[in-house]
Amino acid sequence: MRTSRGSARPYLAALRAMLVLTAVLGIAYPLVLTGLGQAAFPFQANGSRLSVGGRPVGSALIGQSFTDASGKPLPQWFQSRPSAAGDGYDAGASGGSNWGPENPKFIAAVNERKHAVARLDGVPEAAVPADAVTASGSGLDPHISPQYALLQVPRVAAARHLSEATVRALVARHTQGRDAGYLGQPAVNVLQLNIALAGMDT
Amino acid sequence: MEAWYTAAQLLTLGAVLAILYRPLGDYMAAVYSSARNLKFERWIYRLVGVDPGSTQTWQYYLRAVLAFSAVSVLLLYALQRLQSFLPYALGLPAVPAGLAFNTAASFVTNTNWQSYSPELTMGYTVQAAGLAVQNFVSAAVGIAVAVALVRGFAARRSETVGNFWVDLTRGCFRLLLPGAVLAAMVLLAGGVVQNLAGPTGVSTLAGAAQSIPGGPVASQEAIKLLGTNGGGFFNANSAHPFENPTAWTSLFEIVLMLAIPFSLPRTFGTLVGNRKQGYAILGAMAALFLVSTLVLTALESAGSGTGPQAAGAAMEGKEVRFGIDGSTLFSSASTLTSSGAVNSMHDSFTALGGMMPLLNMMLGEVAPGGVGSGLYGMLVLAVVTVFIAGLLVGRTPEYLGKKIGPREIKLASLYILTTPTLVLAGTALSFALPGVRESVQSASIWNPGLHGFSEVLYAFTSAANNNGSAFAGLAANTPWLNTALGVAMLLGRFLPIVFVLALAGSLAAQDKVPATAGTLPTHRPQFAALLGSVTIVVTALTFFPVLALGPLAEGLV
Repeated sequence: MRTSRGSARPYLAALRAMLVLTAVLGIAYPLVLTGLGQAAFPFQANGSRLSVGGRPVGSALIGQSFTDASGKPLPQWFQSRPSAAGDGYDAGASGGSNWGPENPKFIAAVNERKHAVARLDGVPEAAVPADAVTASGSGLDPHISPQYALLQVPRVAAARHLSEATVRALVARHTQGRDAGYLGQPAVNVLQLNIALAGMDT
Repeated sequence: MEAWYTAAQLLTLGAVLAILYRPLGDYMAAVYSSARNLKFERWIYRLVGVDPGSTQTWQYYLRAVLAFSAVSVLLLYALQRLQSFLPYALGLPAVPAGLAFNTAASFVTNTNWQSYSPELTMGYTVQAAGLAVQNFVSAAVGIAVAVALVRGFAARRSETVGNFWVDLTRGCFRLLLPGAVLAAMVLLAGGVVQNLAGPTGVSTLAGAAQSIPGGPVASQEAIKLLGTNGGGFFNANSAHPFENPTAWTSLFEIVLMLAIPFSLPRTFGTLVGNRKQGYAILGAMAALFLVSTLVLTALESAGSGTGPQAAGAAMEGKEVRFGIDGSTLFSSASTLTSSGAVNSMHDSFTALGGMMPLLNMMLGEVAPGGVGSGLYGMLVLAVVTVFIAGLLVGRTPEYLGKKIGPREIKLASLYILTTPTLVLAGTALSFALPGVRESVQSASIWNPGLHGFSEVLYAFTSAANNNGSAFAGLAANTPWLNTALGVAMLLGRFLPIVFVLALAGSLAAQDKVPATAGTLPTHRPQFAALLGSVTIVVTALTFFPVLALGPLAEGLV
């Protein structure tokens, strides 16, 4: 072992080191991973896309709005949570509302949403679960709670002229438990549920 | 019932980290003490022009760290400014100068504060070849500095503390790269995307247009967490389903953030030749982690505050698939390390719940802290602890056979004073400087009242401690915040590194004094408890007044 500076010119060594490290860690590594990912997990690597009749309709992981152009909920679809991503479920602008717990805008929005859900689904305001009146962190939450899904069953069934029991069974089939039985929360994937719902018409 | 799920989740995490502790800690000890250079490493040393057989004094080691980091800042700045000429830029323009400076400072200092929204600012080349490269190397720099300090404790009458270029190379290629490849494959299996396609348009079930993003996400996500960096590929960070699709990937990401920091005490114990010393450090880290996580989970589950009460639960800014305890555990892991990744929005936490991530960072990120920086931060606190214990019994303090004299205590004190000075000065100036105050209040602050003050306090706490999480309502892409936070990140990273390496040099030069009956044993639970208490007391005394102005006032009034 000799004691020295390690390199006579640290800035030159630093520049060379960064070029080598960028080539390996910044270019080779992501490209190799892209190759491995495309080979081993092509469905996931490309965004878990879902199609209906060969037509791509979205991603199993990215939530979407089931509203008309003016933002009014369409009664024949299960509704997603409120979203702060762009104008709602804009997958090019993910994010939360970042409203603080005492922000008057947040409090007003919660009360307004609660009122709207209660009216749309014909339930008392006290029955509306928290996820139905709060926006997620990503603005793209693909899930709602089983409580919120079940609350929507009578309205969806009526709009589609299906029996409530049929629609409730569909919700039950699309309710996923906690991961490994104890991680996270039970949840219903709204897009997958709605795709199954659309399949019942045909 | 909910409490049992929370407990089971914590127990799983604890079990996985306990299983990793020995093999990973011993592996890292071998990586940083082996005399053998692998063939491709020798090839790299030739290319870089360094002699791997030589060792450096602390001054030359420091000079190499600073030179490497300065070059990193310049290259990352240039890459962003030249974005429009790069492939896979997604049609995005060059990043503006102020933002490019802030982002370069942020990623080189392992902070990963993001004043920008990635989807709207950064193309794939800047993300992968710029930001993700810093995710690797800034982590490797942190571990290198920690190992240099440990060598200082282990050495006797040595002039040198190691070779930075060797430590950097081995950290990247023997530790972080293999770990990142494995982690990325697991994340891919869970649903994280990895492609080079741009956003693709689809027509949704309801007939609206939606643009599904793509990108080399899994490769970046893996090192973002493993290197406790935290900078998201997407604006929503680990709340985004393409970064963190399920509850189990979320727990996996928490493991990635904690694996290296919680195993480094083993590396420390092994290198100083007494593994019980490692357990004492680990004990203090684990106890603080557990208490902080339980308090945060209890506060968010209670969901107090007008908004959460009206909604029925504190679910604003949280994802259904993670639930409240999956969000709070992630938040704790992220702010007790230097990660700063989020899977829920801290700005929307309850008032007292939002104070916990703030407090975690104010502790100095030592439980377990960032990769490397957590260990050196805790060892500096251990030096302070033996000093205080020495004062109580009136003996010259020693730690691991090294006398803690005036020089060592001066360096430790400077280390401890650095971040509070930056946090309090930065926050105060934001509200005191004419012109700046108006800009902060009208253009940056998002939430009205006390919460708005907390947003600014959080920003400077996060920057100076190199965390990177945010009360993200704050619009930080302004000339004042880009500059002030950028400076806070650079000083908050490199001043402590100067003091740590000086301490390493001063310790390495000493001979070891034999332990006597009067030496404070530093390998027992008693010392771990003392160390944890000193950590809390130092923080509480420094930050209590400013917390009373923000989250405490909001939560208790």
